[in-house]
Amino acid sequence: MTLKECYTALEGDYEGVLNRLRSEKMVQKFVLKFLNDKSHELLVTSMEAGNYEEAFRAAHTIKGVCQNLSFTKLYESSHLLTENLRAGYGADTDELVQRVEADYHQTMAAIEELQTGNPA
Amino acid sequence: MSFINGKKSPRQTILIADDSEMNRSILTDMLGDEYEIMEAENGVEAVSILQKYGNTISLLLLDIVMPEMDGFGVLTVMNKHRWIEDIPVIVISAETASTHIERAYELGVTEFISRPFDALILHRRVVNTILLYAKQKRLIDLVADQIYEKEQQSGLMVDILSHIVEFRNGESGMHVLHIRTLTELFLKHLGHRDSAYQLPRSEISLICTASALHDIGKISIPGEILNKPGRLTDEEFEIMKKHTLVGAEMLKALPMHQEEPLIKRAYEICRWHHERYDGRGYPDGLKGNEIPVSAQVVALADVYDALTSERVYKKAFSHEVAVNMILEGKCGQFNPQLMECLKEIESVLKEELRFDSDARASQRQMQNVAEELLRHEELSASERTLQLLEHERMKYSFFADMSEEIQFEYTVAPSMVTLSGYGAKKLGLDEILMDPHNNEKVQEMMGIGTLRAISNELRSTTPEHPQIKYDHEICIHGENRWMRTVGRAMWSTDEPPRYMGAIGKTTDIHDERTRIDALVQMASHDSMTGLFNHNYAKERIKERIGNRQTGKFALAIFDLDHFKQANDNYGHMFGDKVLIHMAEQLRRSIRGGDIAARVGGDEFLIFLEYKEEAETAIQRIFTSLEGTYEDFQISVSMGVARTDMVGTNYDKMFHAADQALYSVKRSGRGQYRFYDDTMQEMLSVISPIDGSEEKPDN
Repeated sequence: MTLKECYTALEGDYEGVLNRLRSEKMVQKFVLKFLNDKSHELLVTSMEAGNYEEAFRAAHTIKGVCQNLSFTKLYESSHLLTENLRAGYGADTDELVQRVEADYHQTMAAIEELQTGNPA
Repeated sequence: MSFINGKKSPRQTILIADDSEMNRSILTDMLGDEYEIMEAENGVEAVSILQKYGNTISLLLLDIVMPEMDGFGVLTVMNKHRWIEDIPVIVISAETASTHIERAYELGVTEFISRPFDALILHRRVVNTILLYAKQKRLIDLVADQIYEKEQQSGLMVDILSHIVEFRNGESGMHVLHIRTLTELFLKHLGHRDSAYQLPRSEISLICTASALHDIGKISIPGEILNKPGRLTDEEFEIMKKHTLVGAEMLKALPMHQEEPLIKRAYEICRWHHERYDGRGYPDGLKGNEIPVSAQVVALADVYDALTSERVYKKAFSHEVAVNMILEGKCGQFNPQLMECLKEIESVLKEELRFDSDARASQRQMQNVAEELLRHEELSASERTLQLLEHERMKYSFFADMSEEIQFEYTVAPSMVTLSGYGAKKLGLDEILMDPHNNEKVQEMMGIGTLRAISNELRSTTPEHPQIKYDHEICIHGENRWMRTVGRAMWSTDEPPRYMGAIGKTTDIHDERTRIDALVQMASHDSMTGLFNHNYAKERIKERIGNRQTGKFALAIFDLDHFKQANDNYGHMFGDKVLIHMAEQLRRSIRGGDIAARVGGDEFLIFLEYKEEAETAIQRIFTSLEGTYEDFQISVSMGVARTDMVGTNYDKMFHAADQALYSVKRSGRGQYRFYDDTMQEMLSVISPIDGSEEKPDN
């Protein structure tokens, strides 16, 4: 799988990221790094613990990383979750968390496939 | 200037504060080739790095949403410490609400970049910001250096010029210096006591510089007149008087700089420094405040220095004589205000001139330059200041490391302790500790009580008396040791003063303290039995009686019967063992508040307080002492005196008990007896003659 195909699979903006970060090599390096990013784990554990302030920060971090890498789909859902959590736990929180979960797994699956094709 | 030389400078440092490792490494990747990168994963870490590295950081890239302390928190701290003036900040954030952006700019950030950012643009902005700041800083240094050089050069020129005049005059090089010092002192004091005479600092500085030129006109006076040892003839004096006008003319004839304030002041001084307040001076006969203050003050300074210096025509007068001569009007008429001024600072004058020297003068100039620079806020961080600070910092850390003391600095906001290198190593802690009160390692080492006590002590000081001393134990590597913490609370200078933190040191006093404890033990105890010695017991007993005058007390003295036999039969070693055994028995049989002591030899003393009667307690102790030690049959004789019989004077009590003991000895030993009046004439066992002297320990 190429980097471009990976972006298609995770529904991101390949052209956009290349325009901003300028180097395909660099983009690929950081896309692979996403596999080790702990923000998602932090989001899950803090949601379980009911620590919504921490959860807000975790969602915010995911959003920021996705913005940097132009992971458009995950960016959108994490953005909604961030704004939702800004005011604390709300009516739609759980639903939004599930959406982030789904997008996150879709993103991870795509990147994992990219990694098998390009062992580090 | 260093940057013109094109010296290659070390790489500049960028601090990246972002809680996402991903984001930090993207930025590091983009900038790491050109800059040194430091990373902080939350606001608190960022602040502690800023605190530690200060201006060596050329730029801060700051995220807003972070745990512990967010980006706004960091900016607030940077504003408070005014770091924001020296370290540019670029905020990179996914927050795009305009309130956030506005707030960031209000807190002094240079740029606000929102995510997702374009790598090229970010890179360009970072480079530009750093360049701009560096350029600004170099310009500041350049200006500061030039101001400094200019001041120095013009000061130097004036000095050379006036020195030429003095040289011809045969005066010491100190005259000009003295005039300057005196002029400054008079002007400053005159301004303090009367606001009508208050001049701005720059004006005073100008007059002081100009004062050096007061006699330049003398260049035109023939040497024979200038250096004539005797009195001048009227004609000669007329010529001499011309130096005022000549000096003024010389200045007036300068082809340029006529508008320079320095020239204007110098003109006044040259022309009118021989006028008199009553109008009888020369050359113009000006009266009162028609004479410019500058000239009035220099005139006084000139007269004073002429009196106190040696000249070809006179010896030097003492300071006191000179001041009196001036005050009595023997050397001209001066402004009465100026005379008051002279009286008031007379003692200061003498001191100031005594220490006057070239070094001092240039020091004063430096101080003026420094003050000048400080008045311009934009010059506050000039390279010179930074170098001085760096120098101080190196000096401090060198001495801190040499001194083998645990030195610390505590700030309230952010709550943080910085330890000296030695201190951190000794305690096994980091050099920088955030939130020390809640740091588990610190709590374990110091104990929460000690931490709180020291904190309370510091907070209850005042700006006038900010020092504390506190002895406490700390646990280092599992061992408790006594330490002494000496500290100084730092209070803000505004009203009301706020507690900002503290500095101090903690020294190990364990050995010293243990030694003192041992000395106290030695001085108060009998080395063989470990009981109190007689002297110490006596003090304790007097103290006890003194505290409770109405109490009932008994003092018993006893010795071992036939102890000499034990010594003779079994040897001294055995005798000592018996005594140690007795002391042990005694210690077991007395109660908590009782006092037991070895008086000397085989004689012991017991002091106790009783409620109803003393007999039960005495009986109990007496019985417990009897028995055998190995083969030796122990029997004791005991005499007891009670305060209700003999009063509370210690010596009288002791003597009475001694007499009772004697009476026991006479009637067959092996018993105890209370003192009563029948024993009044008894001899004593221990105190041979009058009983008021103590038998020395043996």
